[in-house]
Amino acid sequence: MKPVRKAREFNARAGNRPKMTKRGSESRALTSLQLNRQSLISSLVRLLRSPFSSAMAIIVMAIAIALAGSFYVMVNNAQQLVNSLQAGKQISLFLHEEISDQQAKKLALKLQAEDSIAKVNVISRQQALEEFQQYSGFGAALNALENNPLPIVIQVYPEESLTEAFQLTHLLEKMQNDSAVDFAQMDMQWLARLQAMMQMANTVVIILAALLAFAVLFIIGNTIRSELQARKDEVIVTKLVGGTNTFICLPFLYTGFWYGFISGLLAWAVINFILFMINAPIEQLSLLYQSQFQLQFMSFAESILLLFASSALGILGAFSVASHQLSLLKPE
Amino acid sequence: MLTVDQVFKRYADAGDALCDVSFHLQKGEMAFLTGHSGAGKSTLLKLIAAIERSTRGQLLVDGQNLNRLSDRQIPYLRRKLGLIFQDYKLLFDRTVFDNVALPLVVAGVGQHEVARRVRAALDKVGLLGKENKYPLALSGGEQQRIGIARAVVNKPALILADEPTGNLDPELSAEIMYLFEQFKQVGVTILIATHDIALVNQLNHKVLQLERGRLIGQQLS
Repeated sequence: MKPVRKAREFNARAGNRPKMTKRGSESRALTSLQLNRQSLISSLVRLLRSPFSSAMAIIVMAIAIALAGSFYVMVNNAQQLVNSLQAGKQISLFLHEEISDQQAKKLALKLQAEDSIAKVNVISRQQALEEFQQYSGFGAALNALENNPLPIVIQVYPEESLTEAFQLTHLLEKMQNDSAVDFAQMDMQWLARLQAMMQMANTVVIILAALLAFAVLFIIGNTIRSELQARKDEVIVTKLVGGTNTFICLPFLYTGFWYGFISGLLAWAVINFILFMINAPIEQLSLLYQSQFQLQFMSFAESILLLFASSALGILGAFSVASHQLSLLKPE
Repeated sequence: MLTVDQVFKRYADAGDALCDVSFHLQKGEMAFLTGHSGAGKSTLLKLIAAIERSTRGQLLVDGQNLNRLSDRQIPYLRRKLGLIFQDYKLLFDRTVFDNVALPLVVAGVGQHEVARRVRAALDKVGLLGKENKYPLALSGGEQQRIGIARAVVNKPALILADEPTGNLDPELSAEIMYLFEQFKQVGVTILIATHDIALVNQLNHKVLQLERGRLIGQQLS
């Protein structure tokens, strides 16, 4: 009758509830942490155990992420280039004929004091004439004229912080209103066009990123769906012994996380490899244009953001599929 | 412990599976549910375990009305039950220990407590020392005992067994029944669906006889 005695002991322990509950709640908090840690590791182990099928999904996702990421980096670099071009921008103020050199100097000093203006340069009539004769090839024609037809010109270099087209236009209009100024001129059109193109490129990046994010979501969702099917028995048995959907979901969410994280890591490597490959030719090109332009690699913050976003996509894709599929998987 | 009151279950495609079934089991009572295949034994067990819901009628498990149970509450009801299946429903990629531990792990029991209780349950079914084996390395009788250990590890108030000896020879079946009787002695309520009339007749417990979804007899064997 030994087994009977054992059975009594077995149930006597069950009667010991109050004490157990207290200890139980303590170990419960601990277990939920353990559970997460365990799911984190076991899902990675499971992923590595079927490297071929995991790799297929991961590579496809990495390509999608790298595509969006590298496009973003390119546009970012182009923006940098456009900004550096704008740094060389200048506004020319053509003064009225009756303005003397003295008055021009005074105006230049006034402008110099403005916050939005970095540098001012006055070109006197004489200087302008000399330059014109030297460079234009109309020297002989000018000599035929009785007096100097050229006005005084003030070259204004706006502060570099003025990058937006509207800021420059504003400055231009302000100076135009000065009574001494006949007209102010800045070649705005190409700048505006370039700026518009950059804006379009930025929008394209956002759309592309959104589309590729959807692609990644679907790939992860599909991967998780097939894994759920493969582990159907486990899910059903867990449900039968009282596992909540949250409990069953957890390992799949971690699987999604790993897929996203590893794809993100791979995509990061691909983007940096591409940048590395085009860095030398770009440097050469930059040298030929006598430009200071240097290719910008991904910053630390951008790299972290990329990993974070891809991991989040992984979890989101897994969650959306797992929560739906789990409610369909019922014991029979 | 278990009250089944005028329960009906109708399937859209197969018609009435259960028709006006009523009975009651006291705490510590053991009963057999008999009848031919398709008589509604499995359906009844599924209703009690909230795997399916009744079309009409009341089911009370440990005072809890299953009609008022939301889907979210079902896992917590199942933690009070021990379910045993004809096909054992073991996870073959996990050790005996991990199989038996599953109900405790899902309930968030601490590691040490899990180890202690799993050993107690395995000791109970005579499988102590085989924790680290995989189910497929064990015989059919032993596999069913893993299933029983898993069902009792959470100290359930009610054990539901669907043809637990269906795949076992008479000698192993008698052993399994003997185990159930021990649980009954410590106050666990047990409902066993079986068509093994010979075995039922050897034992002196309540018999609920189902025929085409109707309860046609309730008597001691």
